[in-house]
Amino acid sequence: MLTAEERREIEEELPHYRDRQSLTIEALKIVQRHRGWISDEALADVASFLEVSAEDLEGVATFYNLLFRRPVGRHVVLVCDSVSCWIMGCDGLRDRLVREHGMRFGATDEQGRFTLLPVPCLGACDRAPALQIDDDLHGNVDGGSLGALLEPYR
Amino acid sequence: MADLPLTGHLRPDRQALTLREYERAGGYQALRKALRTLTPRDVTQAVSDSGLRGRGGAGFPTGKKWSFVPMDEHAPSTRYLIANADEMEPGTFKDRLLLEGNPHQLLEGMALAAYAVQAHVAYVFLRREYTVPAQRLARARAEALSAGLLGQDVLGSGFSLDLHIHTSAGRYICGEETALLNALEGRRGIPRAKPPFPQVSGLWGRPTVVNNVETLCNVPHIVDRGAQWFRSLSRSKDAGTKIYGASGKVARPGAWELPMGTPIREILEEHAGGMRSGHRLRGLLPGGASTDFLVEEHLDLPMDFDSISAAGSRLGTGTMIVLDDKTCPVGMVRNLEHFFAQESCGWCTPCRDGLPWIESILDDIEKGRGEEDDLELLQRQARMLAPGHTYCAHAPGAAEPLQSALRYFRTDFERHIRERRCPWSG
Repeated sequence: MLTAEERREIEEELPHYRDRQSLTIEALKIVQRHRGWISDEALADVASFLEVSAEDLEGVATFYNLLFRRPVGRHVVLVCDSVSCWIMGCDGLRDRLVREHGMRFGATDEQGRFTLLPVPCLGACDRAPALQIDDDLHGNVDGGSLGALLEPYR
Repeated sequence: MADLPLTGHLRPDRQALTLREYERAGGYQALRKALRTLTPRDVTQAVSDSGLRGRGGAGFPTGKKWSFVPMDEHAPSTRYLIANADEMEPGTFKDRLLLEGNPHQLLEGMALAAYAVQAHVAYVFLRREYTVPAQRLARARAEALSAGLLGQDVLGSGFSLDLHIHTSAGRYICGEETALLNALEGRRGIPRAKPPFPQVSGLWGRPTVVNNVETLCNVPHIVDRGAQWFRSLSRSKDAGTKIYGASGKVARPGAWELPMGTPIREILEEHAGGMRSGHRLRGLLPGGASTDFLVEEHLDLPMDFDSISAAGSRLGTGTMIVLDDKTCPVGMVRNLEHFFAQESCGWCTPCRDGLPWIESILDDIEKGRGEEDDLELLQRQARMLAPGHTYCAHAPGAAEPLQSALRYFRTDFERHIRERRCPWSG
């Protein structure tokens, strides 16, 4: 069941678009914001609310990499692995996050705190290597200062 | 600051200009002038006369694109204007600078473009990861609405414009204008066949103009100061200024607005400070991942559309990715092809199956498992992924760094195969 709040937020978007079907991505993002990820049940509820088939909605949900169809940790760490960050050492950064900070690449850590994922070019190439944690962009990331960088994200 | 219209007014602290600050710098004068004294066609004519070409990578003449929108009495009356703020071309960070530093400049450019093609609904299609631009755009939009610069009856002119900010959910291909339309319609971001072009049949089948952020930011200045002024800013055949950039192991990575046609060497040496100590330049991609490598012999070329094209590459986004001598060219190309393979929308076979195959061969070569005829195979695949063989320009874009790396760094590829290791590793 979608909550009243979720339904309200989705309905608020409707005047900006031509029809209910156009709301699929917005609706999925709203539900993900409330719940962290999009379960099968949530998907079916959104489909029914928007009057689209769950199959079509699944097709949309699985196309976009920032829609999560599996549970994620409390914080999502997106490490840019595109060419400028690669030149400036993103592989080393990712390895340190795994080896020294207990993260699992492409998965969530044991504590359910961080999910570590790659992301294409964050548009911060003059501050490479860069990563984004939730809504926060971090540039010029130094492998030795990762602990301090991660600390506020409980 | 007449020479740097796009960035001259940016605050040193890089906070967004408020409405008041933007107006004090001359902002919204162009919109007032257009709504009071110019017809929509006048605005399109000014942009055509200015010589402005798209700044998103393709360089299509902007005025010409607008002129394709049917405006006769039989044409659909609903039209859309979309700002493509889905900046995801690797190595590109110029639109972020504009979105964060001066969102009102974009809004004014969008209002003028919408007026020119008589669109009454506009969208900013903004990539999800750009959270700071999202906040600043929302705030600027609210300020503009309150001041009657957007919404019903703008400045009492009778022209109305509803402007919405749509944030995406990821995927590079959404920057392709027809995939963007599908994403906006709530579908998978698969491109569409062209023709028909979006100007004729776009969002929900209506005439739609999609323009890059930097392109639109130029429009208020062109309308305010004129086409001749815009042309006078350039050092070459193309008009205006361009936000250039450099990333990689240069001393000062960054973005700089300069006259269109500034030579590569000048951007690299005077603005990016040359290479970092102990590093030499081996090559560069002039305008993002989907452009061909240029090398030492090209450094005196002007960074404009035609000069870079004549050298076998593309100006693209104008933000350069620099390859240094301590970085393995094979590794760099593998990283690029990994990106392209991952970002394939999956629709057409040459792209969906060809790109991962290319990536896998490059991976083998990089790790010392390459075979003698791998280079011939990669060459064939690059030729296969040519424009016209695939559904959109994604795979042809992927072929550009690959085919040029095979041309300029062939010996490096051969060494990996012969020595069965990466000479740069360890």
